[in-house]
Amino acid sequence: MWRDVPLRTSYDVVIVGGGVHGLACAYYLATNHGITDVAVLDKGYLGGGGSGRNTAIVRSNYLTPEGVAFYDRSLALYNTMAVDLNINVMFSRRGHMTLAHTDSALRTMRWRAEVNKLQDIDSDVIGPDEVKRLAPSLDVSPGARYPILGALHHPPGGIVRHDAVVWGYARGADHRGVELHQKTEVLDILVEGGDGPDGKGPGGTVTGVRTSRGDISAPIVVNCTAGWATLISDMAGVALPISTRPLQAAVTEPVKVFLPTVVVSGSLHVYVSQTDRGELVFGASVDPFNTYNIRGSLEFTEELAGHVLELMPSISRMRLLRQWSGLCDMTPDYSPIMGFTPVDGFLCDVGWGTYGFKAGPVSGEQMAEAIATGRTPKLIEPFPLSRFAAGDLVGEKGAAAVGH
Amino acid sequence: MLLVPCPHCGPRNAADMRYVGESHRRPDPNAVTIEAWREHLYMQRNPAGLLRETWYCRAGCRRYFVLERDTATNQFVDSPTGVDKLGGKA
Repeated sequence: MWRDVPLRTSYDVVIVGGGVHGLACAYYLATNHGITDVAVLDKGYLGGGGSGRNTAIVRSNYLTPEGVAFYDRSLALYNTMAVDLNINVMFSRRGHMTLAHTDSALRTMRWRAEVNKLQDIDSDVIGPDEVKRLAPSLDVSPGARYPILGALHHPPGGIVRHDAVVWGYARGADHRGVELHQKTEVLDILVEGGDGPDGKGPGGTVTGVRTSRGDISAPIVVNCTAGWATLISDMAGVALPISTRPLQAAVTEPVKVFLPTVVVSGSLHVYVSQTDRGELVFGASVDPFNTYNIRGSLEFTEELAGHVLELMPSISRMRLLRQWSGLCDMTPDYSPIMGFTPVDGFLCDVGWGTYGFKAGPVSGEQMAEAIATGRTPKLIEPFPLSRFAAGDLVGEKGAAAVGH
Repeated sequence: MLLVPCPHCGPRNAADMRYVGESHRRPDPNAVTIEAWREHLYMQRNPAGLLRETWYCRAGCRRYFVLERDTATNQFVDSPTGVDKLGGKA
């Protein structure tokens, strides 16, 4: 799918992290801006982190106008991706339903629907009858432990094959001259003239990176990692407001298709969809403490199974095939950190929490524009690192995650 | 999930606890600049290694305490390194 070329000692742009964000950034640098002297470095294999561990859901029905505009651009890119990248990403636009189990949840759904509609997003609150019609396996009886009072329905949402997205961007970038270097770990970021020790930190200028395969000089280094964002930024002397937590997911054995839409329950900490192979893919909320350790837990499967059966009692005989987890970089306002940092030439596209996959295409596009023009594009203006010092947070918690 | 060595209740599942987060010394709110206050509120060390952190024993003694743990392996450093009875971040 892509070339295996020797690592050079100098590039115009070095991107750290070969997931959907880093690869999309490289692809759009080459396609939209003609910048092809680019290397994407990954310490493992392409798409081996969050890009291959997420539950592949895409949607744009967020709560803040900033969030809605941003994610809707991503959805638009996903819509035409199969043609743009000439790869079948299996985008199934099957609709997305967020269930409300309480009056207050229903009120937030109504709020989200109105914010969404104002920005021309197809999104509305539906009642239990409509929920039952869309997903007959859900228990909408009023006697349920967590009764389904309604849902926020978002028809343009759906699922995408995440590996194909990674491969599509990788191949597209490679065809345009970008170099992809796997098993190339970044050990340090070289910075001169900064306020901190070794000349790093605010006021400094990036000169390159030190990797497990030698030093590379580059005027621009982009941190596109998820899970290791703090560790990479620390190398440049840039502090981040990020807490790293694992998120666990699981998949069942395949059965005939019975769940035609994506179903999410915030209060039950679960989201579920059925793949084209017939497996149910479950995701949950992040684990309740910071760690870089991605070992799974029995508590997760126990709680997940209990909650899923509250929603769909009929699947009690299904068996889980496997569970896994990935690292999520959580920020205080459930929004990403994108763009320029106090170190000249060091950019961040990090803090993607539990919503990085659905934002991959638009992040790549906007980061590429920032690199090419030296200015922050309008769509990512709300997400600079400086917003924390300025006290100007985004406040996306109500729509960005489950379990709060 | 994770056995947390509560200084009062002994090892208990992390599900019995509430994770308060990294232990930072809280600046004096009357003396601190707004930037330093926000740094205290938002910035995290988030190391892949030893971390001093505050836990709250929700389902047991209902006290706050500080532990040190390796976030790469989830091993706690021997036993509790201090108890902060006021519930503030030590």
